[in-house]
Amino acid sequence: MSQGTGNSSTVVDITQLSLAFQTGDGPVHALSDIDLKIRSGEFVTLIGPSGCGKTTLLRVIADLETHSAGEIKVNGVAPEEARLQRSYGYVFQSPALYPWRTVEQNVSLPLEIMGRPKAERRELARHYLELVNLTGFDRKYPWQLSGGMQQRVSIARALSLEAELLLMDEPFGALDEITRDHLNEQLLRLWEKTSKTIVFVTHSIPEAVFLSTRIVVMSPRPGRVIDVIDCNLPTNRVLEVRESPEFLEIAHRVREGLRSGHSYDDD
Amino acid sequence: MTRVRHGKIGGNAGPVTVVSLALILVWYLGAVYLNSAQLIDRYQKNDVDWTLSQLALDSWSMERAVLPAPHQVAAELKKSMIDTKVTSKRSLVFHAWVTLSSTLLGFLFGTVLGITLAIGIVTVRTLDQSLMPWIIASQTVPILAIAPMIIVVLGSIGITGLVPKSMISTYLCFFPITVGMVKGLRSPDPILLDLMKTYNGGHSQVLLKLRFPAAIPYLFASLKVGIALSVVGAIVAELPTGAQGGLGARLLVGSYYGQVNMIWAALITASALSALLVSLIGVIQRLAVWRIRGMQPMGVR
Amino acid sequence: MFGQLGSPARSVALPALAVTLVALVLPLTDTLAWQQLPLSLLGPLAVAVAAGAIISRRAAGIAGGFVALAGVATGAVVATWIVHADSLTGHVSWGFWCYVLALGLLVWRSMSAFSTVRSQRKVLPQIFRLLVPGIFGIWLIVLWELIVVGFGVPRILLPAPSMIGDVFVESGSMLTADFHQTVIRSVIPGFVMGNVAGFLIAVIVERVMFLKRGLLPLGNLISAIPIVGIAPIMVMWFGFDWQSKAAVVVIMTFFPMLVNTVIGLSESTNIEIDLMRSYGARYWQEFFRLRLPNALPFIFNALKINSTLALIGAIVAEFFGTPIVGMGFRISTEVGRMSLETVWATIAVAALSGSSFYGLLALLERRVTFWHASFQASRN
Repeated sequence: MSQGTGNSSTVVDITQLSLAFQTGDGPVHALSDIDLKIRSGEFVTLIGPSGCGKTTLLRVIADLETHSAGEIKVNGVAPEEARLQRSYGYVFQSPALYPWRTVEQNVSLPLEIMGRPKAERRELARHYLELVNLTGFDRKYPWQLSGGMQQRVSIARALSLEAELLLMDEPFGALDEITRDHLNEQLLRLWEKTSKTIVFVTHSIPEAVFLSTRIVVMSPRPGRVIDVIDCNLPTNRVLEVRESPEFLEIAHRVREGLRSGHSYDDD
Repeated sequence: MTRVRHGKIGGNAGPVTVVSLALILVWYLGAVYLNSAQLIDRYQKNDVDWTLSQLALDSWSMERAVLPAPHQVAAELKKSMIDTKVTSKRSLVFHAWVTLSSTLLGFLFGTVLGITLAIGIVTVRTLDQSLMPWIIASQTVPILAIAPMIIVVLGSIGITGLVPKSMISTYLCFFPITVGMVKGLRSPDPILLDLMKTYNGGHSQVLLKLRFPAAIPYLFASLKVGIALSVVGAIVAELPTGAQGGLGARLLVGSYYGQVNMIWAALITASALSALLVSLIGVIQRLAVWRIRGMQPMGVR
Repeated sequence: MFGQLGSPARSVALPALAVTLVALVLPLTDTLAWQQLPLSLLGPLAVAVAAGAIISRRAAGIAGGFVALAGVATGAVVATWIVHADSLTGHVSWGFWCYVLALGLLVWRSMSAFSTVRSQRKVLPQIFRLLVPGIFGIWLIVLWELIVVGFGVPRILLPAPSMIGDVFVESGSMLTADFHQTVIRSVIPGFVMGNVAGFLIAVIVERVMFLKRGLLPLGNLISAIPIVGIAPIMVMWFGFDWQSKAAVVVIMTFFPMLVNTVIGLSESTNIEIDLMRSYGARYWQEFFRLRLPNALPFIFNALKINSTLALIGAIVAEFFGTPIVGMGFRISTEVGRMSLETVWATIAVAALSGSSFYGLLALLERRVTFWHASFQASRN
């Protein structure tokens, strides 16, 4: 594949993974027979309608949910071990910042839990706040910031763990479109700068195409992968790339995939 | 794999039963512990050899125990509720009725007062600023302490009986109702208030059609708190006045004559009365919510 | 917010002036007209000047509020002097009460002027927030004094504030001893023990799911129980001195703290908990960094509820037997002796200690949970 240069290692390795929830009406198959390999440095987006299990898959990778069948390795070990090694940063749908902590204290929270010394915590927090363009806001409280700024703080917090892997669950879903576009560009720059591996969940086609090196199209009932699409958009791309024919072509393919996997008549 | 916080919380009956049984067990053990000193003393005086099981059995059947065992209290309850005629002054049902009537009267006054104050506070800004701090301050006054005085004062101008007693209940229960109602009347979304403005609705219409319905869930939540306080008020009002009837009077008589079982029986009756009234309001709430369909007591704790 | 009833400034000042003029025509007392007691005319004069200044718009807005306040202050001093003047107590007449009504209208005028301050300017709104209830409270006391003395209400029924004040001067040491016995020796130790115990048990209960599901429904039931009823039993167990009162306070404060803390500790959202989980945080790390801060508003709520419950518990427990000192003892004996001004003085001490305790907790709450949504709402 285009982005995957030969020597990169596999960060997430999923084979035949399934997950069923037990409910009153019998089991619900949230995930069914998922196969997915994510290599170091990739930007993989999981896209699909609500209920397709994209968030659940991300949570399985993060060991916030446990699979019922199949196998998954994160950094070559089981997800739980990976979590205890703090090998990923997670960005939630909402910023989930603690209102009683300043921005800097929020960003250094994971470091505090890992028991890093104070000076180091401060330095790392400052560094990552700078990376998300929030220098000078370190002493503010989260509720004094706008929604977009709050989500940037939460990204800085996920980065401050200095983990190789970044898991993002619809991080910009609650923001307005203009803010979202802006943050998309910033995230892309950040990814290029830090060469992290990112797994990103969204239901926005333009967002997925703009950001990703690979798009995993999912469909519900049961949650499964129906298409994996490579994205070869140039590095250093800006928002205008969304008007280019390549972009539109990929977007079209994603849309086709979503449509084939989901018959809208049955519910 | 389904973690509990994702699962439905339901079927509390099992844990509640187990915890309740555990509490009763603790009560029995506590009775042994608290009564043992007296008993051992008695054994030694009479030079009786005693075993642990003997001690336990004796401590659960003492005439004047420090802590009577549950079954002794139950026996006292049966004696004073079922075996005694309801009209008799020895019947706990009679005393519970006395307390209930003053509770309900006080609760009625308190509800009317609380709602009136809340409407005033929400509609008139000056009242909000001048009255609200004093309403809060009024609750830091240990009103129960004033109970004897209020009863004496009202008695000296010829008001006796139910009304002065219920005043204490009123004072205690109007506060949560005012606070809850103010919160409720202010709960409508600003958008809905603006909507009423676009209809050119007057103050009274906004109050009637928007603020009042929005406040209903809050009202019920605070009514539950209020009625429990009302019971407390009624009982305490019976304490210092030498009242002849009422659960409070039973408490006092019991403490004068060292009738421990009587105190516990009165206490348990009072708790049952209170719990009954609270759940009664819960039922009324459900009926009301059912009538005004789609109204969920959301955001009310 | 909801609108003001009418335009406040002139709509209140105008009737105030009119009522003052009417008052001057009516007799001051059963036997005297205003002009026969020339010094008394100072009061209506002050009210008229203040009302006039507001009506003529020489003093508007906050300035109008201060003018009204000055007029009221002067007028209230004169009114108090009139009711206390020799041979006038209990004999004041229609003219006087009309005048008091005018004073009341001016009080309303000044309060409504100050209560709109917040929206007008940002400078020192805190002071005005205290000023409005302050004026209201002082006015209530003045009114109480005027009515009780003016109508000659018997002392047995309701003593005047001035008489209650005398008790403070004359029997200060007795009130202090009562305060020491009840508040320092019973309430405070009981409050501390009850809250600490409630908190610690709550931490355990919150950790054990089974206990939580078994105890929380019971906790709601327990909160309906009139726990003060336990007082006679505690007196039997722990004797007449402060220990039994402290025990009642412990039991009364225990349950609100238990229930509130358990609810507060479960208040964290799933995302917040997942976040801690994603860091591989241990239980106590999660507890101190997430659950405890989230529980703080609930804990403070319990502390505030308990601050009033504790005082009630101790005083009521004293009804069931006490050494010959303590606020509950004082109230029950002085009621028996019909010495109501002493009862009222004791109540004032109780109210004052209760309010300051509550106020202290509220201040602390504001400092510790400044980040909570309820405080941010008032900030904007």
